[in-house]
Amino acid sequence: MEQVMANGVYLGSQYAMIALGLTLIFALMNVLNFAHGQMYVIGGFVTYTFYGQFGLPFVLALLMSCVTLAILGALIEKFLFGPVIRRSSREESTMLLAAGLAFLLDAMILLVFGEKQRGVPKIVDGVLNWDFRIIMPYDRILICFLAMVSIAAFIAFMQFSKTGRALRALAQDRDAAQLMGVNVNRYSMIGFALGAMLAGLVGGLLVTITGVNLGMGGPTSIKAFMMVMIGGAGVISGAILGGFILGMLEAVGLAVLSQYGDITYLVIFVALMIFLAIRPQGLMGKPWG
Amino acid sequence: MRRRNMLTAMTAALALSAIQGTTALADNPVLKIGFVGVTSGPAAAWGISNQRSMETRAEWINETGGYTIGDVTYDIEIVSFDDQKDPKRAIAGMEKMAQEGIHYVVGPNVDDGAAAVRPVAEATGIIYFPYAFPKPLYTAPASNAVLGMVANYQSGPAIYRYLMEERGVKTVAFIAANESDPLSQRDSGREAAEALGLEVVSANVTYQVDTTDFTPVLTPVIRTNPDLLVLSGVTPANAPQLLRSARELGFQGIISTETAQDAQVLREGAGDLANGFISVGGASTPEIASDMMNEFVARYTDMFGEYNDESNTKVYALEYILATLAANPAAIDDVEAFKQTIDTFEAPNPYMKGDAVMRYVGVSSFGQRRQIAVPLVVNVYQDGEFETLFVAEVD
Repeated sequence: MEQVMANGVYLGSQYAMIALGLTLIFALMNVLNFAHGQMYVIGGFVTYTFYGQFGLPFVLALLMSCVTLAILGALIEKFLFGPVIRRSSREESTMLLAAGLAFLLDAMILLVFGEKQRGVPKIVDGVLNWDFRIIMPYDRILICFLAMVSIAAFIAFMQFSKTGRALRALAQDRDAAQLMGVNVNRYSMIGFALGAMLAGLVGGLLVTITGVNLGMGGPTSIKAFMMVMIGGAGVISGAILGGFILGMLEAVGLAVLSQYGDITYLVIFVALMIFLAIRPQGLMGKPWG
Repeated sequence: MRRRNMLTAMTAALALSAIQGTTALADNPVLKIGFVGVTSGPAAAWGISNQRSMETRAEWINETGGYTIGDVTYDIEIVSFDDQKDPKRAIAGMEKMAQEGIHYVVGPNVDDGAAAVRPVAEATGIIYFPYAFPKPLYTAPASNAVLGMVANYQSGPAIYRYLMEERGVKTVAFIAANESDPLSQRDSGREAAEALGLEVVSANVTYQVDTTDFTPVLTPVIRTNPDLLVLSGVTPANAPQLLRSARELGFQGIISTETAQDAQVLREGAGDLANGFISVGGASTPEIASDMMNEFVARYTDMFGEYNDESNTKVYALEYILATLAANPAAIDDVEAFKQTIDTFEAPNPYMKGDAVMRYVGVSSFGQRRQIAVPLVVNVYQDGEFETLFVAEVD
């Protein structure tokens, strides 16, 4: 049981980080960013290139992932989502754009980084073995810790910085924020860049554990959407809660249901459907949006 | 004025080079060979290694004057279609090949895609070379599919027997992705293991193909403490993570698979934790690779930046198609003539040292020759490279 709990906390921390960026972009711009998983993959490949290939320190490579994705996110908002949102009030316009962007990024990843699975050297060697009750490699413990620190830093940034307050105001009521003097276009771009940066950060962190490959983007986006739906779309704390719940459900399911085959996600999907039928706004979302 | 002259000169040079390019291509008639397989998504590495192997070999042939079939020398053109591992797309891909008048297609890469394209191939006169194992594709009355590699029900028993005799393996556990190919490979692997007298201690655990963290998945398997852990049908993307998680969970036994892997992917993803991992390869280990194989690897690397060890096996299909057509030029647009040639075809294997031959096999498994004789090379990964454990043949 201890092992299951440890696996759940570890999975939950990484899932929460993946969901954070997605829910931030949704909260700010009402955009379902289907390309979020591809951004995560690019973050992983950037860290792979700088840490695994060029031999730079891991922290520097991680920083490069964050910067690259922040710039990419800003450019995507400025030249793609921003203009579309201004010209079209139909939500499906941004959804189609996001889906197209996901395909485009997949093609670019294939061209630039190739089709192979990539991995980097472990950042910490060794395995924690607590009397065979909990077996956890040290690098996973470190990544779990770093993910939690990153989540805490993000919450603090959103809570206490001027930019964070402006972003929250924008998320609550775009018109009111504009009337209060918030530069909506600028902060939309900053928010999208921040969301993309979070995807890059988690991609860079997890490449040390899971490696990275071309095909990881789509499934990552699906899991991120599940977490956001559990927690409540556009609610930061909801995304974190959704991430930890999904991580724990997955760990428990894999331990308890393994003898029946791969039915963990079948059970999770059925539970999610029932849950959404009862509470469509998620745990922490508001029924009115 | 000078700028205008420069622009004119550049335009003229471009036009000239375009004309020259067209002329060079127009020297020989073109023989189109198709590829329908997965080149996107998590299993992209499988299809891309196929496609790139074919493109490398085609360019090599064209560069050296073309391929002579009968009295005609052809330039080879590879027409590719990404089926995205979706049977519906695979059907669309095979229909596209038929519309282009192509009679010989490499792929698809997976069981359901290979099964789905069978009616199209049979109706439109296409011989196809799947990398999928279902026996009905190759057993009469089916006759248009030719297995492009060694099936797991052929390599698995050979590996298990070797490990029983040489390493004293007595118990085995299987783990597979929850997809048709890996599951069928697990089932046939389990059957073969039990037939050999191995005790199967775990075979129910499966994982989603997009799993990235295998520690929770593997925990119940490792608790059964098998001598041998078989990663049934594992993709090159998942293999390093499974190896790493198994070793980090303290597993000390042997790990094997019956699919082809890539040494660089294992080195990057699992490092020394991949040492001792047994997989099935082709013919580019130094012990058996011919000069032609080494040149193929060098050309592939030049063309695409890095080699993929899976291509050791996948280099063969195009070679078989062309060599069989050369043996019977009438088959170039008559697949029935190709089928007749299959039974008697034999040619030197250019990718292996010694007197190895290319021929069609499969009588034992399918009752007819519907498999290319790729060498069954069982490799063991050690310190960043594959070493040949043993070589066998399939009939």
